[in-house]
Amino acid sequence: MCGIAGLYLKNDKLHSELGSLLSQMLVVLTDRGPDSTGFAIYGSGSPKDGKVTLRAEDHGRLKAAVAAVEKQFGAVRPVYRSSHAVISISPEMIPALQAFVAAQADGAEIVGHGARMEIYKEVGLPAKVSERFGLARMTGTHAIGHTRMATESAVTTRGAHPFSTGPDQCLVHNGSLSNHNALRRELKRNGIAFATDNDSEVAAGYLSWCMQEGATLKQALTRGLSDLDGFYTFVVGTESGFAVLRDPIACKPAVMAETDDYVAFGSEYRALAVLPGIEAARVFEPEPARVYVWER
Amino acid sequence: MSGNAEMPAYDLSTSALRDLNAKLHALPSNTNETHWTVVNPGGKHALACGLDKPITVEIGGHVGYYCAGMNELATVIVNGNAGVGVAENMMSGTVHVKGDASQAAGATGRGGLLVIDGNASARCGISMKGIDIVVKGSIGPMSAFMAQSGNLVVLGDAGEALGDSIYEARLFVRGNVASLGTDCTAKEMGPDDRAVLAEVLARADLAGVSTDDFKLYGSARRLYHFHVDNVDSY
Repeated sequence: MCGIAGLYLKNDKLHSELGSLLSQMLVVLTDRGPDSTGFAIYGSGSPKDGKVTLRAEDHGRLKAAVAAVEKQFGAVRPVYRSSHAVISISPEMIPALQAFVAAQADGAEIVGHGARMEIYKEVGLPAKVSERFGLARMTGTHAIGHTRMATESAVTTRGAHPFSTGPDQCLVHNGSLSNHNALRRELKRNGIAFATDNDSEVAAGYLSWCMQEGATLKQALTRGLSDLDGFYTFVVGTESGFAVLRDPIACKPAVMAETDDYVAFGSEYRALAVLPGIEAARVFEPEPARVYVWER
Repeated sequence: MSGNAEMPAYDLSTSALRDLNAKLHALPSNTNETHWTVVNPGGKHALACGLDKPITVEIGGHVGYYCAGMNELATVIVNGNAGVGVAENMMSGTVHVKGDASQAAGATGRGGLLVIDGNASARCGISMKGIDIVVKGSIGPMSAFMAQSGNLVVLGDAGEALGDSIYEARLFVRGNVASLGTDCTAKEMGPDDRAVLAEVLARADLAGVSTDDFKLYGSARRLYHFHVDNVDSY
């Protein structure tokens, strides 16, 4: 099943409410995904200062991993939130950091990096996970969240969405892909790294690869219509963009609302009902096989 | 018992949906509480499902999945959009959605009238079995899939694969049809078809709409029986 909530703000005055609104939307979607919850939030930051979200099974391992990183790379100004830490490191050091964490940091992993994106995900109900990370107090320009009901793989944090396979890029998925194994092999040959065997991560990797090759977000998703086989409703975030794509049969639900202040996505209208000014919003269902992109 | 109709009001932001549905189900056939008003539906699912008394339920706002499902005798008015499966398996009565409807509107409906003022998305009237559906806007792809009987009237356009694997049922479309599904074909509109269309339009308060502007689609009946020439395909 799974639930998706996305919010892309057009009015700067709402930036301070981003986390609070997303958190309310996710809680409504508990029925669709009680197993795990995750979200990506695009907050403060600049391209000069790289931002990396690290995750570990427990706080001890997380602190040890950050200490090891600081020993190797110097001060990274960690901000801890429960099982996650956001560290600052110059963007050109990211590949070295990725290699270091993969090889050295016992029990810790990188869940995302970029100029502004932070990713948090954990097993548990949306209300608990939101509370744990303090989502309601987070601010920013746009955010994407996911509540997972695991149907094809185990209930683990690693299987939780969003998946990030490129800088400031993230994807959440409701559905299942049928050609992910073949596509994963192909993408690996092209240098895209995967952390899990999850089908949704392959979709994320595919889009990252297309964009790495020069495609815009819109072009990447349009190509995805031919190359990704299966059922999907995707919501994708980049540093400046927010996109939605449904498979040609539109198996998985999607409702959107747009006002002068925001564009919002919900798996069900109920999740949008918490938003300010929703009564006057243009509420519509994204059409199958049509790429929707909003860019700042 | 007084002859005056009573008009109970129900606020779903403060009262439980399950209580509302239970109250509606418990009404006797001769109830005086014939006009119910529901506010703040907030997209909740299964609102006013399984009604079987001749009452009117008017909902102020957007509703979630399966609103007015299995409806019998009742009139349900949605002053907003409806989620997946509005009026699914309706037996009789009327359901009127003043906004848009999501997928599978009127699915498997056996009777009654479903009117959608806006658009309906994919699979509108899937497996319809006698229901009349009037959509003032357009309908999405794969509508009337495996339709068995009833009438689907669309004032706008129809998406791809209209009437795929249709058994029977009349599909009247005023606008463009993106494509017809397997075994669905354009048909000559005879006087009987025209009378049926006029009658359905009138019931939807659209008596002023000319039947001349519609095209009729239905079953080519080529899938009814196994065809020996296809034996190699199996």
